[in-house]
Amino acid sequence: MKKQNYNETGLITADYPVFTKEMKATHKLLIPQMAPIHFRLIVEVFRQDGYDVEVLKNDGPSVVREGQQYVHNDACYPAILVIGQFIDALKSGAYDLDKTALIITQTGGGCRASNYIHLLRKALVKAGFPQIPVASLNFSGLERNSGFRLSLPMIGKALAACLYGDELMALYNQIKPYELRKGETDLLLNVWQQRIISCFAEGKGLKRREMQDIFECMAEDFSKIAVKRTQKTKVGIVGEIYVKYSPLGNNQLEEFLLKENCEINMPGLTGFLQYCISNVSQTISLYGGSELVKNVCRRALDFVVSREQLMVDAIKKHDNLRAPGLFSRTRELAQKFINLGAKMGEGWLLTGEMAELIETGFHNIICAQPFGCLPNHIVGKGMISKLRAYYPEANITPIDYDPSATKVNQENRIKLMIASAAESLRIAKESDRTSGHVIGGAGKDDFLINIKKVTGSLYL
Amino acid sequence: MVLCAGACAIPCFYILSNEGNFVKIGLDVGSTTIKAAVLSDDNRLLFSKYERHFSQINTKAAQLLAEIQAQFYGAQNFQLCVSGSAGMGLAELCEIPFEQEVFATRVCAKQFAPQADVIIELGGEDAKILFLSGLSDARMNGSCAGGTGAFIDQMATLLKLTPEQLNEKAKEHEKIYSIASRCGVFAKSDIQPLLNQGARVEDICASILYCVVNQTVAGLAQGRPIEGNVMYLGGPLTFMSELRLAFDNVLHNTGILPQNSLYFVALGAALQARGYHSLSDIQLRLTTRQKKSSFAHTKPFFESQQAYEQFAARHAGAQVLEKSLKDSSGKAHLGIDAGSTTLKAVLIDEQGDILFSSYRSNSANPVPLVKEILEHIYEECPDILLCSVTTTGYGEQLCREAFNADYGVVETMAHFAAAKRFQPDVDFIIDIGGQDMKCFQVEDGAISNIFLNEACSSGCGSFLQTFASALGQDIDSFAKLGLFADAPVELGSRCTVFMNSSVKQAQKDGASIENISAGLSLSVVKNALYKVIRASDPSELGQNVVVQGGTFYNDAVLRAFENEMGIEVTRPSIAGLMGAYGAALYGREQSSKEHRSSVLSKAELHDFSHRVQTTRCKLCTNHCELTVNHFSGGRRFISGNRCDRPTTNRKAEQTLNIYEYKLQLLDQYKPVPGPRGKVGIPLGLNMLELLPFWHTLLTRLGFEMHMSPKSSRELYFDGQQTIPSDTVCYPAKLMHGHIHALCSMEGIDTIFYPCMTYNVDEKLGDNHFNCPVVAYYPEVIDANCTAQLEGKKFIYDYVGIHRPNDFVANFTTALTKYFTGITTSAVGRATIAAYREYRAYLRRVRKRGEQIIQTAREKKKPIIVLAGRPYHVDNEINHGIDQLIVSQGAAVISEDCVSHLMNKENVRVLNQWTYHARLYAAARYIINEPDMNLVQLVSFGCGLDAVTADEVREILQRGNKLYTQIKIDEIANLGAVNIRLRSLFAALDAQAKNSAKKEAI
Repeated sequence: MKKQNYNETGLITADYPVFTKEMKATHKLLIPQMAPIHFRLIVEVFRQDGYDVEVLKNDGPSVVREGQQYVHNDACYPAILVIGQFIDALKSGAYDLDKTALIITQTGGGCRASNYIHLLRKALVKAGFPQIPVASLNFSGLERNSGFRLSLPMIGKALAACLYGDELMALYNQIKPYELRKGETDLLLNVWQQRIISCFAEGKGLKRREMQDIFECMAEDFSKIAVKRTQKTKVGIVGEIYVKYSPLGNNQLEEFLLKENCEINMPGLTGFLQYCISNVSQTISLYGGSELVKNVCRRALDFVVSREQLMVDAIKKHDNLRAPGLFSRTRELAQKFINLGAKMGEGWLLTGEMAELIETGFHNIICAQPFGCLPNHIVGKGMISKLRAYYPEANITPIDYDPSATKVNQENRIKLMIASAAESLRIAKESDRTSGHVIGGAGKDDFLINIKKVTGSLYL
Repeated sequence: MVLCAGACAIPCFYILSNEGNFVKIGLDVGSTTIKAAVLSDDNRLLFSKYERHFSQINTKAAQLLAEIQAQFYGAQNFQLCVSGSAGMGLAELCEIPFEQEVFATRVCAKQFAPQADVIIELGGEDAKILFLSGLSDARMNGSCAGGTGAFIDQMATLLKLTPEQLNEKAKEHEKIYSIASRCGVFAKSDIQPLLNQGARVEDICASILYCVVNQTVAGLAQGRPIEGNVMYLGGPLTFMSELRLAFDNVLHNTGILPQNSLYFVALGAALQARGYHSLSDIQLRLTTRQKKSSFAHTKPFFESQQAYEQFAARHAGAQVLEKSLKDSSGKAHLGIDAGSTTLKAVLIDEQGDILFSSYRSNSANPVPLVKEILEHIYEECPDILLCSVTTTGYGEQLCREAFNADYGVVETMAHFAAAKRFQPDVDFIIDIGGQDMKCFQVEDGAISNIFLNEACSSGCGSFLQTFASALGQDIDSFAKLGLFADAPVELGSRCTVFMNSSVKQAQKDGASIENISAGLSLSVVKNALYKVIRASDPSELGQNVVVQGGTFYNDAVLRAFENEMGIEVTRPSIAGLMGAYGAALYGREQSSKEHRSSVLSKAELHDFSHRVQTTRCKLCTNHCELTVNHFSGGRRFISGNRCDRPTTNRKAEQTLNIYEYKLQLLDQYKPVPGPRGKVGIPLGLNMLELLPFWHTLLTRLGFEMHMSPKSSRELYFDGQQTIPSDTVCYPAKLMHGHIHALCSMEGIDTIFYPCMTYNVDEKLGDNHFNCPVVAYYPEVIDANCTAQLEGKKFIYDYVGIHRPNDFVANFTTALTKYFTGITTSAVGRATIAAYREYRAYLRRVRKRGEQIIQTAREKKKPIIVLAGRPYHVDNEINHGIDQLIVSQGAAVISEDCVSHLMNKENVRVLNQWTYHARLYAAARYIINEPDMNLVQLVSFGCGLDAVTADEVREILQRGNKLYTQIKIDEIANLGAVNIRLRSLFAALDAQAKNSAKKEAI
């Protein structure tokens, strides 16, 4: 543990414990939960590289309490939650404090989210854990002194994990509300997650051909789940990345919507990754800069785009499944409303996702953001009237999340959105009176066969 | 209206004589009231009832249903539906259908009032606007928009009126004050100073109603015009004729108040009623199915009765001797603390023992109360020799002037003096009063750090009071309830508005009133500790903590504080009188032995008169709203002014104010006629600092550059309807007004307002970003000011002035999209000139900064670095705080006057914003300058300042400097700012005296 030293101008000379390469062998790394479907896969990437990683699952009021105690209360909600979750875990006594380190993501860029890591370090000192090193997970070259580096193979694996996670999420969300036998979709999701993890362990599932196979088998399996198509409210969720995905951040939004008879559509994580890469070249196009960097980024983006295309094509083979929108499509739509130069936070991607959702029939959109989120003033709330002028059917509700914003208040506003949507549905229904027919196979036995098929259908 | 009239009272049994008849019941459970409507199967209104539920939702609902059942004993079937913000839990509990209330309103309007185009509905805690014709749309207030019924109730309580009386008074108004319309808490802090300054209650009443109207129109309509048949619904609009009139006036329309305006939600629910229910079953469920208590809670305050008794005994110790006034004679000193909601007075003798004390609630005007107190003293004790009278608190100056008192002392100093009396080694004082919270740290006998609550985090005495009365209790018994609660609720620590819904949630989760009371006490403490002081550990506070202020009489609050911090503290027996006691002690210290008080004598008091007049100051362009108090003897007291010109008739020394100088510099950029025609620039946000650059660049290229006018409240109102996010910072909101102003200027067809991800690189940080709002606000303007920008060219391309070499080519390409004949070489030449001018501007500012520092040092004046963002130079944004500081005898420079003197060094946060890097550099610079101090201006809603504020504070504390932060928004409570600044100067004085003493030794 390093002691803090201040020089004569009040500055810190050696301030925080650095995560060194050696710690990989000795330390347990804690990572906060965000997107549950994806993180189960991504964590595996680190484990297989030799890191001892654990995703934090602690929640409850003590998380918020610790966060509020050690983080400036005007800081964004995700910072309060993530830091609260860390400190709550460290205080729980479940970890050897001399052999524990934390990882936190750092996006870089002009949003205050890039500062989480510093707020975390300050909080650790205040809470009496100054010895705990914090590693930054970022792609922007911040924190170069850290021993935590992503190797190229790891990045490739992480990308694959993102894509698989996106496909699983997309399929899960569109099947789950209609499943005939309760729990079947969850079971299949679990089977597939395990399958991918063991693929990764064998070093498989990364090549183009292998990915294509997995994408296709996955879609095939989900398409076979027996469903009963009933009239449901289609709700898209966009927003600040943490509160959008994390049930802890959004008060179990997905669970609530499912209970309210909705079908959810949540744009994937790979889109955000592509957005980050494309911003680098976009910035150079706008303001000038290295052509080399621009070309490297373009190549990288092309690579991700080609993989994404494989996934979308795989899903499109099934008429009863809906494929997520391609990144290029989202970007094209975004440009109708906002310049691609708006790159802080979720930036133009958020606006583009809203447009994309509306075009795919998800007119009802929840725009989830931490209270006072700066980029969202622009790309979220700021764009709603423009979107509505273009798509009069759009029904967008911004919801603020905050330690003190209550579920009752948020749910009341969501219910208003759903009620308005239900009304338009009724109007639509009057002209088309067909609903409630069963698609896909039925019967308990088929269910078991399905699961067997899953494991049997992989040629890897 | 087609609803059957007067239905409520008609006994309905005979209608239902036919067998198989059914009725439809709609229940509307709001935040404060419960409403029921019963419809027949052919939609005739048979029964309706409106009641306050005092949070006993289940009981009241069961009673109502029982009443309906009795009325309709002939009915065979009941269909049922629940609606309303607090109805969700009830519906779940009883397994009956639920409909969202806005939706229910719409259903009702479609059935019973098809002619309505727009519905405005105000409820207890919600405000809604429904657009029915055209594109139908429903708007509801966000979570940060208090206002509405609960707000009016709260304001009425503040004025010691009932809402009905408030309505009556408003009829007599002569003028309207502008009151912050965004959030109830803000409005409250606007009204308070008006009250203390003696503004007419009638005017305040009307202003409150107009403020509600503004909030609803600006916050909810968001640019969509409210036209056609407007209908008013909900309690406040039903009961308050003046509120309807205010809406009529603002909307230039005559709205209709339909019959049954209270029951639209209930009626809508009734229309949606479905299923067949047995009312007896539901009543049974309501009374028996207690939802299991699943709310978050902490451990009880006391383990046992014994623990409580020990606690009580320990606190009984901190006493001060009280003597009887009747038998006293000799020298005495009077301290008067005219607080925001209470008036306190303490008379002490030479030993500091109390001869007389008074604690009274302050019904808007402290002057008559002080008069009574003085009369009482003269009456009861003619032998006493009054040696000094000292005033403090919000009403300090008013009372001092009114009665010709001897001294005025800033309240922080008064509290410190009093606390020392009880705990000579005190190192931390927390005072929680009715409206504000003051905390200060003491080092070496002088205040070293001051924390005051922000306008947005009020959670003080009046807050507990408001909740107590909302739950139908008086404050004392309410607080006692919490003392032995078994599971105090965790309610969070934010503003009152949030707290309302937290309490609602807790009730839904089945928390008892005892546990809610305890939870509220706990949240007051948490608010103080985590929001105001930002402490995370008791050791940060110190060893000897004194807690005071009326709120600490509440044992639950006291205990919660001790538990939360894990320390034992001192609570003086006169906790609520400490300000007045300290003022009296201060007077005793200040006055020499022979000193006799100058306060009005008994005879003078007899002839005392007080008259209030309001006027607008015409001495400068600020046009401050002045309240002039005239007293007998020709004394007068003026308030509402930003500078001291109206009181002294002389201009303050403006040469020592860099903010003023910057404005003068910007004023020098005038339109220069050019062949390419007129282009408008909105003067706000980053454009304020970059004007020299853009003006030079575009003028050189042949454009005639016109700037938007100076910001003002009127300008803001003109643009406020197009603001899409009500939580964005005020500087950004003002941009809408600037755009509006430019668009209405003659001959301006082109507006230039570029997006800028990056700012100039000053090499002070790791990067040079703008904040997201500054960077991309032009996008918001383009998306939302569509009506204004119709037919205009709005240039908001992305430009990067951080790369001068690439800028020329990129900017040429950008301009070529709009104009012909723009050449790279011309842009190149203009760019060189523009950068040169921008640097020259910065140089001029720095040079003047140096001059100010030099002059201040010659005159031995303290220097304040008023640090913020370049756009804080705008008077509408800084509310004249720069002038306020100058009028207190200090010189004002800005962060960019000194930041360039520092090199880049690491700070403990990511330092990647150009403007913020200046803050850190300035903070580091002043550490080594004994006569400099930093005051940080923070715009409300600036998320980035959550990061900078903590970091700047830490840098300053490491250098043993005081950190002062002032939060500003649409409205600033200048009274509180004044106290803050005076406390700062007083603390600096004391520090200087201390170190002089030390040196002497």
